[in-house]
This record gives sequence, C-alpha cells and structure tokens, in this order.
Amino acid sequence: MSALLFAAQRVSAIVLAFAVAVHLGTILYASHTGLTAGAILARTHGNVAFALFYGLFVVAVAVHAPIGLRNVLREWTPWRGRTLDLALLFFSALLLVLGFRAVIAVYA
Amino acid sequence: MRASHTQRGFVAAMLHRLSGIALAIFLPLHFLALATALQGANALDSFLALTRNPWVEAAEFGLVAALALHMTLGLRVLAVEFLDLREKTAALVSVCAAAACAAGLVFVFNLG
Amino acid sequence: MSDAATLDVAIWRGTEDGHFQSFAVPRREHQTVLDVVTEVQRAHDATLSYRFACRVGMCGSCAMVVNGRPRWTCRTRVSEVAVEGRLKLEPLRNLTIVKDLAVEMTDFFDKWRDARGYFEPGATPETYFAVVPPATRERQAADAGIECIGCGVCYSACDVVAWDADYLGPAALNRAWTLVNDVRDRGQAERMQAVATEGGCQACHTHMSCTQFCPKAIAPTYSIAGLKRAVMKRAFGGGA
Repeated sequence: MSALLFAAQRVSAIVLAFAVAVHLGTILYASHTGLTAGAILARTHGNVAFALFYGLFVVAVAVHAPIGLRNVLREWTPWRGRTLDLALLFFSALLLVLGFRAVIAVYA
Repeated sequence: MRASHTQRGFVAAMLHRLSGIALAIFLPLHFLALATALQGANALDSFLALTRNPWVEAAEFGLVAALALHMTLGLRVLAVEFLDLREKTAALVSVCAAAACAAGLVFVFNLG
Repeated sequence: MSDAATLDVAIWRGTEDGHFQSFAVPRREHQTVLDVVTEVQRAHDATLSYRFACRVGMCGSCAMVVNGRPRWTCRTRVSEVAVEGRLKLEPLRNLTIVKDLAVEMTDFFDKWRDARGYFEPGATPETYFAVVPPATRERQAADAGIECIGCGVCYSACDVVAWDADYLGPAALNRAWTLVNDVRDRGQAERMQAVATEGGCQACHTHMSCTQFCPKAIAPTYSIAGLKRAVMKRAFGGGA
C-alpha cells in the first residue's frame, strides 16, 4: 500500500511539474495582457485541448494533494489509520468533483 | 532552536510542506471560483471584481509563490530520489526560493 | 557569564521528566566534551550516568546531544563548541532515557532487524569466497554506507523518527541498502518488503539531517533514495 501511494505521489508530481509550468505560464501571460474573464472564456469555450489538459491536471491534483496531506496529518497529528484514509479519499473525490465542474464551466 | 531545524534540507522540507498545505486549502476554493463561470462570464467577472483589493492581491501573490515554491522544491526531492543527484545544498534551495519569489512578483506587477 | 578559565556545564539529570544540573568545570587545553563529562562524574557527582568505551572515535558509544547537536563527545573539542564557556549536554533524542545521558538503544536495533539489516546467506550458501570486484556499481554503493557503527546520531537527528513511531530510521535503512547491493545476499525479496512497509523508505522526506550529522560522513539520505528506486523497480519493473 505504502509503495503504491508513494509511486502515485511521485508520478502525479511529474505530471504536475509539466502542468503547473504550463498553467503558471498561461496565467502570467493572461494577467500580463490584462485579459478579462470574458476574453479568457472565449478562448476556452469549446477548446478540446484545453479541456483535456485541465482534466488531466485535475486528476493529477486529486491524486497528489491527498497523499501529501496524509503524510502531514500522520506526522503532525495523532490521526492515522482507516478513518484518516477514508477522510482523504473523500477529499480526493471532492477535488475531482469540484475540479471537473470547474473545467466544464470554463469549457462548455 | 534545534540544530536539525536550521539545516538547509529541513528548511526546504518545511517550505515545501507548508506551501503544499496552503495549496491544498486554496484549491477547492479556486475550483469553486472558476465554476461561477457556469453562470456566464458576467458571474465570473463580478466574482473577480471582489478580488481587486490589496488583501486578496497579497494572498494571490502568496499563492503563486507557494505554487512555484512547492514545484521547485518538489523537483529537488525528485532529483535526489530518482536522478540520484547530490544536493548542492544552499545553492539549490536558494535558487528555488528565488524562482518562486520571481514568479510571484511578475504576477503581482501584472495585476497593477 | 563564566570567565575563560571555567566552563559552565548544564547536564540533563533523570529521565523524561528530569532537569538540568549545572557544574563548573575547569577549562583545560585540548579538552574534549568526554573529558568534561568524565571529570564531572569523577570529581563532582559520582551519580552521573553516561556511556563511553573507546574514547578515540571508533565505537560511537559516547554519542549525545551537545549544545543542540548530536555528536560523539570524544571527538568534540570543547574549544570548538563551547559558546561563552557554556556547554549543554543532553541524551540522544528519539530514544527512551534510561538515566541522565544514557539512552535505551533497543528500539534503534529492533528497527535495524525489522528493516532486514542483516546478511541472509540463503539455504545453500556458496562454498567458496564470492568474487566481488570493488569497482562495481553495487559494491561502491554498499561501500558508501558500510562504515556505520550504529551510534544513533542520525536516529537522534531525524525529525521523521520523532514524528512517526513506525519509521525505521536512517541507520536501519542505510544498512538495508548496503545489503541490497550485496551480490551474495539471498534475502532481497523479504528485505524489499521490509523497507516498503508503512514506516519504510518512502517515509523519508529528504530533510538530510542524518547526512548532516553522521560522524562517519555516511549519507543515509542517498542510501534511502536508492531504496526508493529499488522498491519502485521491484513493484513496477517486475524483477530482481
């Protein structure tokens, strides 16, 4: 189990390294050129590449963040075991749901 | 202060961990904000209008810096673990921190 | 504020809920911290408990925390560490205090065993010497970590050991790595499993305190990184 979580954490980290670099660059570009929400949405509506990219981004984050938090909580609080794992699974699901909802909001 | 807590590796790990926690808290909020676009561009714009105040902008600087910091320090860990690199200690950690601040500054100056 | 001729030495007395006791010890040329502790025990307070053996930096028995840093007292010159003539001596961290400066090393060595940090010859060991060229990648990796004498300094320095009772710790994992690279060993499957458990190699967060404080200049961090790669390869690369 631990080896699996560790592998998932590291693989998602590599995916995120690329995704974050692209995302940061995009955001900095958008804020630099002063794009409004409307202008941004005009570019993202119906943009399949955008949807796929951010969809992958959401999945990677939903894997990476809960596993990271699991380490923090196990090490810095007395919380461990089944209930912790379930809580983090719930957090992962939350990120997936909210994330895909946001992607759809901006794509559709 | 405990001796191990002044070491470069520990400082790097704490910055990495704290920025990670901040991002994990921020992310659901970020998704919620973006989803206001479901009600159309105007809804997103009016939400974004709320963010045009100095406290929020300071927080945004912090978040962009946190993102850049978490990524660059994460890359340090990946390099030691999978590329079997030797940590060039202080130089690497400072470069990470500098890159993070630079990214945040660019963001903040672009907003003004 | 003590004058240059006398050291102000605060030493931990008792167990977990003990206290510091202060002693004034004359400063002498070339004095080591071990010299100071010995003088206190012999001339000031015979009830002080501490460990040492070789007193020449070979056995690691005298390891304790000196002014906040875990180190060997026989290899620590007072002139190097005493700030304004002050010394603060504490037992190693993350281990149960037996009394004063002596700690219970059982957990440390139990984790060594739990990490399979011992050689496994297998059911049918070779009948003749194994030929292991020293320049091979595996032997160099093993040699980089083989000098560990189990002093506990790295274990004391490690924050993850302090935060996670399951964590096997840098010394045990470093030893496991040297054995992973021992081409004669027949216990690799069990060892890989042992270092991949909840408290295994993946719990290391690369703080590098172990590497920073190891008196033998071993880098457990890199050994543990090697274990992480080996565990991943075994789990997903299918083999060896």
